[in-house]
Amino acid sequence: MTGLIDIVVLSLLVVTAVMVGQLRNLFAAAMLTGMYSLLSAVWMVVLDAPDVAYTEAAVGAGISTVLMLATLSLTTEEEREASLIEPGPLFVALITGAVLLYATLDMPRFGDPSSPIHTHVGAMYLERAPHEIGVPNLITAVLASYRGYDTLGETTVVFTAAVGVLALLTAPPLDRRGLPFRRTASLDTSMASQSTLGGDGSLPQTSLADDEVAT
Amino acid sequence: MTRKTIVRVVSKALIPFILLFALYTQFHGDYGPGGGFQAGVILAAGLVVYGLVVGLDALNAVFPPAVREVCAAMGVLIYAGVGFTTMALGGRFLEYGVLTPHHPEHGQHYGILLVELGVGLTVSSVMVILFAAFAARARVAQTEVV
Repeated sequence: MTGLIDIVVLSLLVVTAVMVGQLRNLFAAAMLTGMYSLLSAVWMVVLDAPDVAYTEAAVGAGISTVLMLATLSLTTEEEREASLIEPGPLFVALITGAVLLYATLDMPRFGDPSSPIHTHVGAMYLERAPHEIGVPNLITAVLASYRGYDTLGETTVVFTAAVGVLALLTAPPLDRRGLPFRRTASLDTSMASQSTLGGDGSLPQTSLADDEVAT
Repeated sequence: MTRKTIVRVVSKALIPFILLFALYTQFHGDYGPGGGFQAGVILAAGLVVYGLVVGLDALNAVFPPAVREVCAAMGVLIYAGVGFTTMALGGRFLEYGVLTPHHPEHGQHYGILLVELGVGLTVSSVMVILFAAFAARARVAQTEVV
């Protein structure tokens, strides 16, 4: 039964990946990348990694798809017609794929107890966490306590991402008529609080639901 | 506000449960799958759906830009603050055990809860900031065309 699920999920993953490459409509491609993430989440559940599946479903299928669509609303929905297959990039892609396939041959078998991941600190965590941390979910114990520095670093990275996006994408504040202020005024850093008070209250092109209403 | 009745009604019914599920993920992370990061993303997903259906202005009224920017920084501060608190109590950075000297296990539990709260706060605020930045940009782009 598990074997059947493996085959179905993995072939769906391959089909989705090929479709994403084939499609010229970027809207459909963005939706399919969301589907790819959801299928990856299913695959992670099959591999007994529910925490990773959780993250993959929430981030990959949810937020990043929405961000991708928001980006599309700023550019165009159709990819321009690609020229014929170019030998250079194809060569690079084939070589990279071959190297990756070759590397997987050296990986330990799935669940191999003598693989490095089970013989290094992992065993120590398994042994000591129940009485040292006392938290039933071992993954939380490792992430938040044993690896607390790493998680602090990750949180800082997420925060830095927001700072970067705010610095790059901040819209200039709008005046009462919904027009951008002049350059001198836009130096004001309290951007979005004013920028969004004007307007009709709907997201012009970002709204998934509005695309047909607009026509 | 979208004029699609089905989208509006379905999201109206779902959003409270998405937010509730985010809280469950946040505070049940010690016992089952989940934790601050996942909870933050789910909370943000609920807010983003609200922004998509009702509009960016409504989202900004619920979670004002100034508040989410402060929250994003506050999460990191809470996390690092727990570390400095344990140092002040004589332990090492992020050594939660010293929070309750008699029961180090309880200290670990409180410490994990607090840092996960910090992670959740930062992640949810950052995700909403990212979405709002793109959405506000789209509006400006349209205004300039008109």
